[in-house]
Amino acid sequence: MSAILSSPANGSPDSNQASDAAPTSRIRRGGRGQAGGGHGHQGPAGSDTTRARGPRESPLSRAGALIVMLVFTLYFLIPIWWLFIASTKSAPQFGNTPALWFADFNLFENIGQLIAYRDGVYLKWMLNSVLYAGLGALLGTLFAAMCGYALAKYRFPGRDAIFNVVLGGVLVPATALALPLFLIFSQVGLTNTFWSVFLPSLVSPFGVYLTRIFAASSVPDELLEASRLDGAGEIRTFFTISVRLMFPALVTVFLFQFVAIWNNFFLPLIMLRDETLFPVTLGLYAWNSQVNQIPELRLYVLVGAFLSIIPLVITFLLLQRFWRSGLGAGSVK
Amino acid sequence: MNLKRTAVAAAVLSAVVLSGCSSTTGSEGSDAAACTPADGKVELSFTSWIPGIEDAVDVWNKANPDIQVAVQTGPNGNSGTYQNFFNQLKAGNAPDLGQIEYDALPNFRVQNGLMDLGACEDVMASKDKFVDWTWGQVSLGESDSVYAIPQDSGPMAMFYRADLFEQNGIAIPTTWDEYKEAAKKVRATGSYITNFSQGDINQFAGFVWQAGGSWFQNDGTDWTVDLTDDASKKVADYWQELIDEDLVSTVPAWTTEWDNAYNTGAAWTWNSAVWGANSIASGAPDTAGKWSVAQAPQWKSGDKAAGNWGGSSTAVFTGSEHPYEAAKFALWLNTSEEALTMLNESANIYPATKDGLNLPILKQGVEFYGNQPIYDVFADASAEVAEDFAWGPTMTQTYNDVSDGFKSAVSGDGTLFDALKKGQSATVDALKAQSIPVKE
Repeated sequence: MSAILSSPANGSPDSNQASDAAPTSRIRRGGRGQAGGGHGHQGPAGSDTTRARGPRESPLSRAGALIVMLVFTLYFLIPIWWLFIASTKSAPQFGNTPALWFADFNLFENIGQLIAYRDGVYLKWMLNSVLYAGLGALLGTLFAAMCGYALAKYRFPGRDAIFNVVLGGVLVPATALALPLFLIFSQVGLTNTFWSVFLPSLVSPFGVYLTRIFAASSVPDELLEASRLDGAGEIRTFFTISVRLMFPALVTVFLFQFVAIWNNFFLPLIMLRDETLFPVTLGLYAWNSQVNQIPELRLYVLVGAFLSIIPLVITFLLLQRFWRSGLGAGSVK
Repeated sequence: MNLKRTAVAAAVLSAVVLSGCSSTTGSEGSDAAACTPADGKVELSFTSWIPGIEDAVDVWNKANPDIQVAVQTGPNGNSGTYQNFFNQLKAGNAPDLGQIEYDALPNFRVQNGLMDLGACEDVMASKDKFVDWTWGQVSLGESDSVYAIPQDSGPMAMFYRADLFEQNGIAIPTTWDEYKEAAKKVRATGSYITNFSQGDINQFAGFVWQAGGSWFQNDGTDWTVDLTDDASKKVADYWQELIDEDLVSTVPAWTTEWDNAYNTGAAWTWNSAVWGANSIASGAPDTAGKWSVAQAPQWKSGDKAAGNWGGSSTAVFTGSEHPYEAAKFALWLNTSEEALTMLNESANIYPATKDGLNLPILKQGVEFYGNQPIYDVFADASAEVAEDFAWGPTMTQTYNDVSDGFKSAVSGDGTLFDALKKGQSATVDALKAQSIPVKE
């Protein structure tokens, strides 16, 4: 249980770092102006030719790399496997059958019970999470894109100061801001509302950082000048040209933001009292906090946790295509 | 989960710092507020974590159109709800009513978070309805004041595997000495008589409570911390012997491993509170029908003393504009047969009222326990819980320090009593750090 609930939260900082590397390497290449926005080479094709030309790895190092990857894959997948197995068991079987293999297959009965429990409050939580994370990530990405684009493409006094402040924002953990936010929202009477979780979710300093870097290298100034000469306004230029050029970066920001909001647990914990406003993470946590005294809840927590990762998996599968082409764009040339 | 726990801990810490500053300024909460009915319709907010409590509240709302209660449920107290209460008290938007466990009440009291209901005649007149010791838990040792309405209680008894004791010809222990002798015989069969749960300091507190100790006292101004009194030493030494002689297992409680020990007969007894009945039934489903419940082992043969583990109350927060109505609702919720029955059905809430102990629903035999009417044992135990055990204002810290020491003791580093000594000094330091007057 604990591993599952925390693993997505642990996951996002990791992936932050991983993708940090890509934009920085792009800067080093000094891709101002001529970057070409990732249209030329496709990722796989490019890497194939590289491998044919480059030095061949020894079978030993390939095997080594495979083993390392295999170990990590298992490390990440076993908790999910465990969760899946646990969600298929009936409550009595949970403790007294092997943890990593099936007993009687009760998944659908369990899901039925979960959904029926307390008039379907679980479905309400899932819907809330989708709203917070989906809408929040969409708008958050839009704002980050506008902000990053403006910082990259317009010259105005204080530009670097603003960017540095935003960069500083990347370093402040969201958890540290939750309590001050609560006190501020209390002043305006917005605690325990949809907005108290939604509004703070729209802010993504990392998104601004990423889109600025990407806009600087993938939106050529010449193109903007051309569209200005053709009479397009700044806003039209942004939405019809720049957004398209920045699209891979925007998908990345969207995914990060979606995952971050989906897993944001602490802010809703502090802001919300009304169970019907909870996101699924907080709802499951509330149940899990009472498993000792109300053991029936354990089953609901397990099945609920399993179902709650499905939207994340779907989002990733649908969007990872863009993501990959985004990070790889222009890196092999 | 670790990440979250750290986050919660960090927030607790920050609130302690914040509220530590504020506790000296606002004192309006400590005065007995006027307790008079309002004109017209009143709306109250109530935060709890009991699943299904909204059904009981619905019953109230139908019967009382002029006092409408909106109930909201979330994580249990120590998992964030207390922290939210403190934040909300600071921001001035706390609910009218909230669920608070007995061991957390002093913390809210020293932060002036609780309305003194001593001025509410209805409340004071209901004192005799409640089991005596529960009133002590909510009046915090003050005779004219009461800071919450007792909701539920966790009197302790001994769950035991009746079948295994009988098959092996071992007598059911009635004293702690007999318990130790029985432990040796059980160990000879390859099993353990029980598990000493290293992290669960509340169970240990229940043992100390039974032995006549009290960890805290408050004389109205100063706090006394006494984690190392004679009773605590006696209990610590006793369990230390059982651990040293390998007569008890020491797996962490509430884990699959722990459930499994009970499910497979590797552990034979559990000295636990009334709500533990469900923990066994769900954790050890293969042993249905084989368990019984008996009075907890005594320190002296023929004594009748019981400990308590858990229990919560319904408090009215400072800042509520309708203490009269809030108190009226809290009394109904925790004394009426209808509400108590509903709470018991939905969340195994064991009442804190004398009449509540005899609810029809608590008179039935329980199938998992061979149809023994186990709640009779707990009703007796409830009457035997000592009245003067008190909690301190920094229990989260005290629990953490002592249970850290217990974990080392269980792995052979130091003793349980060492852990209590360490908890003692750490608690005194914590009180001083918050400018709470403490006697040494």
